[in-house]
Amino acid sequence: MDKAAIIGVGMTSIEGNKVRDTFADMAWEAVNKALDDAGMNINDIDNVITTSNDFWDGRTISCMAVGDASGAAHKNVSCVEGDGTFGAFYGLTRALSGSYGTTLVTAHTKGSQSVSSLITNAAFDPIYERSLGMDMISACAMQANAYMNRTGITSEQLALVSVKNHGNAKKNPLSQMPLDITVNDVLKSEMISDPLHKLDCSPVSDACCAIIIANEERAAKHKGKPVWIKGVSFCSDAFFFGDRDLSRAPALEQAAKKAYAMAGIKNPMKEIDTAEVYDAFTYQELMWLEGLGLCADGESGRLLEKGEFAIDGRLPVNASGGLLSGHPVIAAGLIRIAEIVKQLRGEAGKYQTKNPKTGVAHGVNGLCGQSHCVWVLGKDK
Amino acid sequence: MSDKDYIIIESGKAEQPFHYAVGMHGSKFFRELKDNRRFIGLKCPKCGKVFIPPRGVCGECFVEMNEWVEVGPNGVIGSFTILRYAFIDPETGQQKPIPYGYGFIKLDGADTLFQHYINIEDESKVKIGARVEAVFSKERKGSIRDIEYFRVVD
Ligand SMILES: [Zn+2]
Repeated sequence: MDKAAIIGVGMTSIEGNKVRDTFADMAWEAVNKALDDAGMNINDIDNVITTSNDFWDGRTISCMAVGDASGAAHKNVSCVEGDGTFGAFYGLTRALSGSYGTTLVTAHTKGSQSVSSLITNAAFDPIYERSLGMDMISACAMQANAYMNRTGITSEQLALVSVKNHGNAKKNPLSQMPLDITVNDVLKSEMISDPLHKLDCSPVSDACCAIIIANEERAAKHKGKPVWIKGVSFCSDAFFFGDRDLSRAPALEQAAKKAYAMAGIKNPMKEIDTAEVYDAFTYQELMWLEGLGLCADGESGRLLEKGEFAIDGRLPVNASGGLLSGHPVIAAGLIRIAEIVKQLRGEAGKYQTKNPKTGVAHGVNGLCGQSHCVWVLGKDK
Repeated sequence: MSDKDYIIIESGKAEQPFHYAVGMHGSKFFRELKDNRRFIGLKCPKCGKVFIPPRGVCGECFVEMNEWVEVGPNGVIGSFTILRYAFIDPETGQQKPIPYGYGFIKLDGADTLFQHYINIEDESKVKIGARVEAVFSKERKGSIRDIEYFRVVD
């Protein structure tokens, strides 16, 4: 792959209900923060990708509603429906196409404006599945059961992910749910859908994130600290849930392998310094870490207990507080990328991890990790 | 201005009704379910996997499937959950009574898992690997609700 870099990131705070903001208001804030961060103005942006989901936004062609506020006037603007990492992937390919030197990528969501369970229920097949009423939480609970049954990962270990990430969020001023909690607090919180307690689940959230991707030539002209895109890949699993072994994430394993190969990474356990993974539920952080090859299959719980994934651990995971501390669907993956950019620049403030050179950002599209997008980012070209 | 000064508007009772084509495979599947209380799946001519719910193409092999095979009505629980939070039934718009059980059922003879309700009268028996049987609805209309639920058999 030709070289490309992320030269600007911006995000709104993550909140449970941004009642003062429309989608466009959030986009305006995130886009201007990204432009300021990059030391650019809108005329330096060659094309725009907006990322959204029509069901979540409650309207069709939801991406166009944020066009003006995203600086898309008179520019080639295209839209991706899904997680922000997938929007960024498209943005990257455009920057690499030779037609555009820079791509602005945005992703937004306002979970506060709808009934989340009805929205995620609508992701199921309308003929065979939807009328049974399953939603993201119940589907993920079944995945959690399958994963725990196969690996022996315990509810206490799941709870520890919640303790860690809500604790990390206390250091992140943009986070929605900083909490001082114990494993016991998690286990005693309301059982939502076995085996998931309330504190095993991420909250409903509003936010927007924007990043600016530049090809090598334009990145060279950039005065700040570019973060280089070393490898990126996405893979998908089968559409019907029943076709998948829900206790495993083969699409993630494939995506990670391809992204590492592109980045020249031979041993991800040694070569990745920090990771932001899609922890919509506690078990997902553990399951995805294994799928990403960042620890051996079934070992994540034990390593978590040893403190290896803490901010000062061997491999800090979700130092920002992760999605458990604020889960703006769609924006979620783009925020993972932006957080790794901050880490690699050494600008993550109180949750800065120790001198990372290479980081992984991970996004998910579809329920229970139907498709995964893996980004390997580096400080050095 | 404080947060309470910002205005919210409601979408009201607006609906977006759809009529989904069930297709040739699904129509046959539901007719069997309704008329004969039988589950039928489609077998891939290349990898030999039996798919349920039925669909025209094996994604792995990228070939068409035409061979019908009977599966179930018994099977084992592949995974399950017991829902304990309030949830609106997308069909009726009413609150669903909680708790209730969901499961992925591996029907005998099938290679994929089938999603449905699990009876949780005795929660202690609802486990991964437990054998279950299908309980059919008395009035069947040719839909997924022609099955009432699966229940654990000893
Ligand atoms: Zn096949």
